[in-house]
Formats: sequence, structure tokens, C-alpha cells
Amino acid sequence: MSSTDISLHNDVHSGHDEHHDDHHDQSFIEKYIFSQDHKVIAKQFLFAGIFWAIIGGTLSSLFRMQLGFPEATFTFLEPLLGKWVEGGKLDPNFYLALVTMHGTIMVFFVLTAGLSGTFSNFLIPLQLGARDMASGFMNMLSFWFFFIASIIMFYSLFLETGPAAGGWTVYPPLSALPQAIPGSGAGMTLWLVSMAIFIVSQLLGGVNYITTVINLRTRGMSMAKMPLTIWAFFLTAVLGLLAFPVLFSAALLLIFDRSFGTSFFLSDIYVAGEALTHTGGSPILFQHLFWFLGHPEVYIVILPTFGIVSEVISTCARKPIFGYRAMIGSMLGIALLSFVVWAHHMFVSGMNPFLGSVFMFLTLIIAVPSAVKVFNWIATIWRGNINFTPAMLYSIAFVSLFISGGVTGIILGNSALDIQLHDTYFVVAHFHLVMGSAAFFGMFAGVYHWFPKMFGRMMDEKLGYVHFWITFICAYLIFMPMHYMGIAGFPRRYYTWTGFDTFSTFLDMNSFITIAAIVVFVGQFIFLFNFFYSIFRGRRATENPWKSNTLEWTTPVNPGHGNWPGPLPVVYRWPYDYSKPGAQEDFIPQNVPFSQTASSNLPHERDFE
Amino acid sequence: MITIAVALSIILLLVILYLLFRIQVLASIFKGSYRRDVGKSNKVNAILLLAFFIVMGGLFVWSFVAAKEDMILPLASAHGDELDSMFWLTMAVIGIVFVITHILLFVYSYKYQHQDGKRAYYYPHNNKIEIIWTVIPAVVMALLVFSGWKTWAKITSPAPAESVMVEVMGKQFNWMVRYPGNDNKLGLVKHTLINANNEFGIDYSDQNAQDDFMADPTAFRVPKGKPVLLKIRSRDVIHSVFLPHFRVKMDAVPGMPTTFWFIPTKTTAEMQTETGNPNFQYELACTEVCGRGHFAMKMIMVVEEPEDYDAWIAEQSKKTFVSQQAAPAAGEEQAVATNGAGSTEPAQ
Repeated sequence: MSSTDISLHNDVHSGHDEHHDDHHDQSFIEKYIFSQDHKVIAKQFLFAGIFWAIIGGTLSSLFRMQLGFPEATFTFLEPLLGKWVEGGKLDPNFYLALVTMHGTIMVFFVLTAGLSGTFSNFLIPLQLGARDMASGFMNMLSFWFFFIASIIMFYSLFLETGPAAGGWTVYPPLSALPQAIPGSGAGMTLWLVSMAIFIVSQLLGGVNYITTVINLRTRGMSMAKMPLTIWAFFLTAVLGLLAFPVLFSAALLLIFDRSFGTSFFLSDIYVAGEALTHTGGSPILFQHLFWFLGHPEVYIVILPTFGIVSEVISTCARKPIFGYRAMIGSMLGIALLSFVVWAHHMFVSGMNPFLGSVFMFLTLIIAVPSAVKVFNWIATIWRGNINFTPAMLYSIAFVSLFISGGVTGIILGNSALDIQLHDTYFVVAHFHLVMGSAAFFGMFAGVYHWFPKMFGRMMDEKLGYVHFWITFICAYLIFMPMHYMGIAGFPRRYYTWTGFDTFSTFLDMNSFITIAAIVVFVGQFIFLFNFFYSIFRGRRATENPWKSNTLEWTTPVNPGHGNWPGPLPVVYRWPYDYSKPGAQEDFIPQNVPFSQTASSNLPHERDFE
Repeated sequence: MITIAVALSIILLLVILYLLFRIQVLASIFKGSYRRDVGKSNKVNAILLLAFFIVMGGLFVWSFVAAKEDMILPLASAHGDELDSMFWLTMAVIGIVFVITHILLFVYSYKYQHQDGKRAYYYPHNNKIEIIWTVIPAVVMALLVFSGWKTWAKITSPAPAESVMVEVMGKQFNWMVRYPGNDNKLGLVKHTLINANNEFGIDYSDQNAQDDFMADPTAFRVPKGKPVLLKIRSRDVIHSVFLPHFRVKMDAVPGMPTTFWFIPTKTTAEMQTETGNPNFQYELACTEVCGRGHFAMKMIMVVEEPEDYDAWIAEQSKKTFVSQQAAPAAGEEQAVATNGAGSTEPAQ
């Protein structure tokens, strides 16, 4: 409602504006806490994501210290962690809790909620030319459900028996039996409750993103003129909407097995001196359900960054994205295929080998659209005029990490080769590069790029460069050597390998990785300082600091409620008219009609003049 | 005292860093460089990208070569040969892609850095190139899929009838191994029969169970050159049998027995000579997180010449479960009675 008001009374003198402001005066709570404005909700997700990233990073530093220096004693951690580091030695159960919570937090709370929540919310209305999301109220609920899920998950970190500790994949029976591991007690209950609420939050958000993209595009913004970011967020939301309910059902069945004596996943178990009465269940069933979400989930993590990176590379290379339609097609292909590859996580789970052959075939197909994307990004850089903003550096590094992590997927997707490499550090290296680091880099690219529109100020470039180089170098120093350990067969989730002669090599390499991990963790404080300092004291931004074409840059420096003070912009062209021959500037925003650019119009565009 | 000193120096360091940051900001305002769209740092970053590629590329090659010896585990199974060559072939394929794409990415980044007065080349698409670089990966993938299928089908095919059968059972936190004895048939087991004297839960009323016997708690033996069929199961949570030198891995799932068969090609003694390590042993590790002791679920697998193995079997078959447990048999039946309520179908 308010938005219509703004557009109608925009040109009226200031006296009216005051009246207008009075009329729409929002309390602090309405404006910043229970806000229904997509931009505020996006920032809420961003702050929550940063909070969780710090927690997730801290946890990884802790277990990396154990892995890098298995003989050392960490007495200095005792005041903080109490009985979990008795005598300076990490408790093995605590170690498992650390890796479990690190995975859960990073995958779901940072790279799903923090990433999609921030950028889908912020960019969908702004780039589509909409006043807000289709349902601001549902959007608000989406954040607050996420907030409740966060509180529950955070609380579980402080339980006496510890948080969930059976791996982020929470395979039963381990996750179902508190007798088997203390983390499967109250910690696991809270994990399941938190995830159930988290899924509600994701569905509320996802429905909103999809509806907004379909219904609220401004005049002229056909699906084929949407920026790739929007395509990416749209497909991400579709994936989430179809996949998360399956995780919900898996969580629900697991809750039943744990608390109400059912046997969906449990059968023939003798644990802690007692034979359980569960019979007829199948642990494999859980794995199928989990990975039916779990695999689309890794694309939920990486797809938004595909969009962000495409946008940033095109803008900063001052060149149209190469193969716009191929980019959309490959994202569609990846989204579709992501639903039929899940069992490649289960080649040696004991499932029928025939299934293994089918899933190997489907998995390796997905490499084709991924390769197309990489080639298109490189072709976009080719003969560009590149401005290395921090966002651009992160985007180039994203492509590098995506290649490095992606190619090893071809090995792991081969069921025969997976026999040796399954659950080794090769897998850890693979997914940390391709969906961990790459998604983080895409997220950093997004933050550096859209910070001016979010906060009306610029982040400091030099600090951005320092942050980038530390992060990029360390990302490779950490994860490249992990491939070597994986080829040598080092199993995942091992508290220490010193008990095995086979895995007693690479001690120095583990220490090296740990040092790099701690350096990169400390390096993130440069970003944090830059981020918070720039919110308040950064250089003031202009409306369109990167000379970009998309609609969000046509809004004022600090877009208010309703985004555009006047009428909504009208779209005439695709978003990638950079360096068009004959044009005056090296960019033509989407809302510039062809009639104003006669000198640069291509033959087929003359009709639109 | 030291803590305070450390804290003070950290605070001091942060203050210095903050001052440096402010000086940098003020300097850029003074020079007016912040007003330019593309400044000097553009060139610096372009050079750094190229330097990154050269230095890190060099480091990668060096570390890969240096670690190669540690990386490649000596191989001791028949199917492992095929797997290893397929692995390194695939590595070569992805290595080529990795190198080419990275050269292009970093060299283009450097070469096409911003230059004043220059304009980028407006080049939105080229269907021919796009088709080419879609088809090539598709063909390469197809070839890899076919070779993968062939190997996978061979490895997962049914075990030969003459296989030596060994049951490996995972539990928190160790492995236990049972041999089927002369009849080459494993006796029935029920989880409700498990107790301190009957860790496997063997049903002693089953005829096939009469000659079953157990391996040492720390090591079990298999013959060289014969197919070995591992019957894998778990009695509590999911574990995973991993024999790295044999390229063998299969989950141990409660309620769903699994199998894996392979042919050992080198005895432990041969491997000790080959590696020059007189203490070399084939180790069996757990690769599915199973709780506190996950990292310590180790068992030794000894590969022997068939004659030695047969001799050992002949010796061991006298120590059947039945003969070992003759005394506590009475207690056994009581346990059956108390736990009988939840009895299930036999797991085997």
C-alpha cells in the first residue's frame, strides 16, 4: 500500500512528504526487528549468517588443532570448554560433536539460510523491479522461524551431553541411540527440532521467492530478460521447495524411532549390553531420504553463487555474459539432474550394485552443464576490460575453486573408484572446494558487490584485497593437500590416525593444514572489521558505483520502503549490454529504451526503437 | 602475568593495524585515488593473479611429486589393479582440464585487465563454440562411464563358488571375525542371543553353527590367490570395512548383511619385503562414523600362502565356538529365554 502512495505523491512538495512520513512512521521494532521489508530481512539473514559462520569457523579451528597436533595438550582451552578438554586433551566425543556441528552450521545455517536468505531476499525484488516480496509477512516469518531454529541449535551446543555428534548426515542407528554416543541424547533431539523448524523457514522463504519471480516482474521484464542471479535464486527456491520436505519426513521418522519406539530405520540391534526390540527397519532408507534432500542441498548452496558470480564477472569485465541462454539452460539442467544423483553418496552402503551403475551414469552427466558454465565464465573474461574489485577477485577465485573441486567429482561419481575413496579425505577436499570454499567465495563476492546498495556506503577496497588474498591462498593450502591424504586412504571423522601404521604418514602435512586453517580464520576478522566499520564510516556510495545494468542500481543510494520513490522502472533490454559497439558509455541499463540508443542498436533491435 | 602481556601485545597490534588502515584511507583521500573508478591496485591485482597461478601451480606440482610415494598405497588385490589404473587415467583426464582451464582463467585475467580508453569486445554468444564444448565433455564422460560400468560390474559380481568365506562383524568399537568351519556354512545368528559369552549371537541349535570358529580378537587370516568373500554385518550402528591395500570398502549395516569379495595377491610376508618394512601389516579400518572409538577400530588381516592358511585352519577348527563354550552353555539358554521376547528372523 505504502509503495503506491510513494509513487503517486512523489513529485509533491516537501510539506506533503512530512505528512506522508507521519502517516507511515514505523516504530523501531517494526522497522528493524519484525520488519516486512525485504531489504531489512535480507540484512537480518546476513547478520545471522555471519554469526553462524564465526561459530562454524571456530569449531573447525578447534578440531583442526586436534588433527594438526594430536600429541599437543590444549590446557588453554580448559577455561572455555571445561570437561571437553580434560587435561588439555580433546574428548573424542567432543571431536565428533565439533565436526557434526561444523557441517550442520556451515551447510544449513550459513550457506543455505545465510546465502539464499540474504541475496534472494535482497535482490529478487530489486532486480525484478518489484516493491517488495509477494508476501512480506511470510518473509518475516521465514526469518523468525530461522531465528528460532538458530536459538535451539545454539542452545544444543551447551548441553551437558553435548550437541549432535553422529556426523552432519545423522545416519541412524548412531543418531537414534543415546546409548551409542552421548550426542544422540538431548543434543540430537534439539538438532531434529531445530532442523524441522529450519525447514519450515526455508519453505516459507522458497514459496515467496518463487511467487515473486513469477508474478511481480516489472513491465518488460520477461523471463528471458531476467538477470542470471534471479534465475539462480528462482531455481534454488524450486530445489528447496521440492527437497526440504523429504528431509522433514526423514527427520520426523527419526523422531518417531527415537522417542516413540517405531522401527523405520532400526533393526536387529544389540547395544550397550542390551538387545533392542526394534525390528524390520532399514538404515539405508534413511540414507535415501537424507540424500534425496542432501544432494539437491549442495546445489541449493552453489546455485545462488552461480548467479552472483555471473553477474559480477559480467559487470566487472565490462562484457556481456557469454551464452546467456546456455547459462540458464545449464542451470536448469543442473537443477533437474540434482534430483536423480543422490545415491552416489551410497555406493558402498550395501545398496544394490545395479543402482550404483544407474547413479554413476546420472552423476557423470551433471559434469556437462557444470563444464559449460565454467567455459562460459572464462569466455566472458576473454577480451574483457577487467576491473578487479574485491567482488571480481572473489568471482575469479570462485571459478578456480569450482574447477578444482568439480573435476574430482568425476572421480568420486564413478562408483568403482568411489570404493577406495568413499569417506576419505579425498571427499572432504572435494566438497570443501566445490561447495564449501566456492560458495563462501561467491557469498563474499555478493557482499562486496552489493554492500553499497545494502548500506549506502562502500567497503574499503584495500582491506578487501588483503582479505581476498589471505583467503584465496589459504583455501588452496588447506584443501589441496587433503587430496593427497585421501588418495592414501585417510578416513574422515577420525579423531587421530596415529593408531594405524597405514595412516601414520602426512603428520607434517596435517600440522601445515591446521596452521593455514587458523591463519585463514584470523584473516576473516579483516572482513568483519571492514564490514562493520564500513556500515558506519565507509565512504558514501553513489547510486551505481559499479556502472551496472540491473535495476537495483536505478534505486536511490538508500532505497526506502517500496524501493523506487517514483513509478517502477520499465525494462526494455537484457541485463548484459556492456561495451556495446556504438554506445556512448560502456553500459546500457535495462531501463533504457532502444529509442534512446539508436547508435548502438543491433539490426534485430531496430524494430523496438 | 603472561596472559596479560599477551593480551596487551595483541591489543597493541590491533591498534597499530587500525592506525595503518586509517593512514591508508587518509592517503587515498589526499591523493584523490578513491575518486577514480579503476586505480593502480588494478594492475597490482592482475599481476598478483598471475603470480598466484605460477607460484601455487609450482607448489602444487612440487608437493604432488613429493607426496606421491606416501600417497600411493602398495596394492595387494586383483581388482585393485584395474581400479588404480582407472583412477590415474581419470586423474590425467581431469588434470588436463584443470590445467587448461586454469591457464585460460588466470592468463586472461591478467591479459584483459582494465586499460584506459579500451573497450571490451561485445561478444554475447557463439552457438558453434557452445555446442562443441558441450559435446566434448559429454563424450569424455560417456567413455568414463563405460569403463566405470565394466569395472564396477566385475567387482560387484557374485563371488565365485570356491571362495573362502569369512564373516566380519562390526561393533562398538572393534571388529570380530568368524569362520564357517568345515561345512563352509555360517551358523544362524540372532541379536537377541548376544551376551558376554556369545558375542556373535550364534544360534547353537543350528547345525551349521556347530563347526564355526572365531579368529583372534586382533587379527584374522586369509589365503593368497583365492577369492575371499567377506560377509559383513554389524550388531549396533553402521560401521564400514575398509582394507586400503586391497581397495575394499563396504558398510556394515545392522539388520542388512552385506558382502564384498576380492582376491589377495600378496602375502603379508611378501609385502614386508616389498615395502622394506619388517613390521608391515594389512590393517582393516572403520570408515563410517560410529562413535567415540571410531578412530581406533583396527584389525589386522594376515594374508598367507594357501598351505600355511590351510594348516592354520586345521588347527583352529578344533577351537569351535561350541567346544569353547561348552561350560557356559547353561547360562546361554537362560539368556535366550530372557531376551527371547524381541527375537527376530535370522540375520543370515
